Amino acid sequence: MEKIYARTKGIRPDVVSGFCPGCMHSTVIKLIGEVLEEMNIIDKTVAVLGIGCCGLKMEYMSYDNITSPHGRACAVATGIKRSNPDSLVYTYQGDGDFASIGLAESVSAANRGENISVIFINNGIYGMTGGQLAPTTLLGMKASTAPKGRIAEEHGYPMHMCEILNQLTAPCYLERTSCNTPQNTLKTRKAIKKAFQNQLDGKGFSMVEVVTNCPTNWGLDPLKSLEFLNEKMLTEYPLGVIRDNG
Amino acid sequence: MPKVEIRSESCKSCGYCVKFCPKQVLAIGDKVNSKGYEYAKVAKPEACIGCKMCGVICPDAAIEVYK
Ligand code: SF4
Ligand code: SF4
Ligand code: SF4
Repeated sequence: MEKIYARTKGIRPDVVSGFCPGCMHSTVIKLIGEVLEEMNIIDKTVAVLGIGCCGLKMEYMSYDNITSPHGRACAVATGIKRSNPDSLVYTYQGDGDFASIGLAESVSAANRGENISVIFINNGIYGMTGGQLAPTTLLGMKASTAPKGRIAEEHGYPMHMCEILNQLTAPCYLERTSCNTPQNTLKTRKAIKKAFQNQLDGKGFSMVEVVTNCPTNWGLDPLKSLEFLNEKMLTEYPLGVIRDNG
Repeated sequence: MPKVEIRSESCKSCGYCVKFCPKQVLAIGDKVNSKGYEYAKVAKPEACIGCKMCGVICPDAAIEVYK
């Protein structure tokens, strides 16, 4: 009997991830591991982790990683990639990290067409720090800093990072995916692979925005969080390839 | 015949595999692992078609599939 679906070598064999039940951070980290294993580049990969729940990845993944100051992952990745061009360097950042605190570094790296890959986790909220409003929080969605829900006049509108970066000339590849079904999970896997291949081919900045869930701070059990993701998050953040110059 | 194996210690009882298995092979069991989660079990092994959907959707890499 042949094993046709195996736990990837990109995560540690006997570690249980620190993420909450049903959290798609775990799914994406698993997918990244699968892609690196398939491309046979685990040994030359460096992950640059954002601050927040992203940091829980550190104990779970099986290869080199560094945690950057909050929001600065793209700047740290730039330094690592430029000094070690043979490494595969990717950042792993949440919405608070990539789209708020690190907005300047993120947009600047994309604008330079930096030859790195960004895996951007959009779950519409700050996770680890306690459910604060993120740039990606939906209108009307409650957050610990917006107890009545996000109000446009007070908090502005949800930010669409793929579309914002699509205004720039340099980025090579921008795609928005999700892990809400097995089919979409496989599409996310394919997008991650493409982002990494682009980097190996020297094509410059690639980003995969994965629309995910935060059952804990959404106050929903995992299955209910899937419903919220399908009905609300994916209406605001439609899936698809936003740019492909790869 | 295809076969699924669940690493009970990695399972967090999210229920995604149960929801997405097209053949209702899986169910949340009544035994708990060391972290206190009622882990998923293979309830109808004979119905498995080896489609891997459970493995793909499982966030925690708790499922392996054989064929
Ligand atoms: S707090 Fe939210 S994002 Fe963080 S691990 Fe838990 S469910 Fe995932
Ligand atoms: S391999 Fe397919 S049929 Fe078998 S348990 Fe998994 S999802 Fe169900
Ligand atoms: S999807 Fe994975 S973690 Fe969730 S219940 Fe099934 S085996 Fe457990």
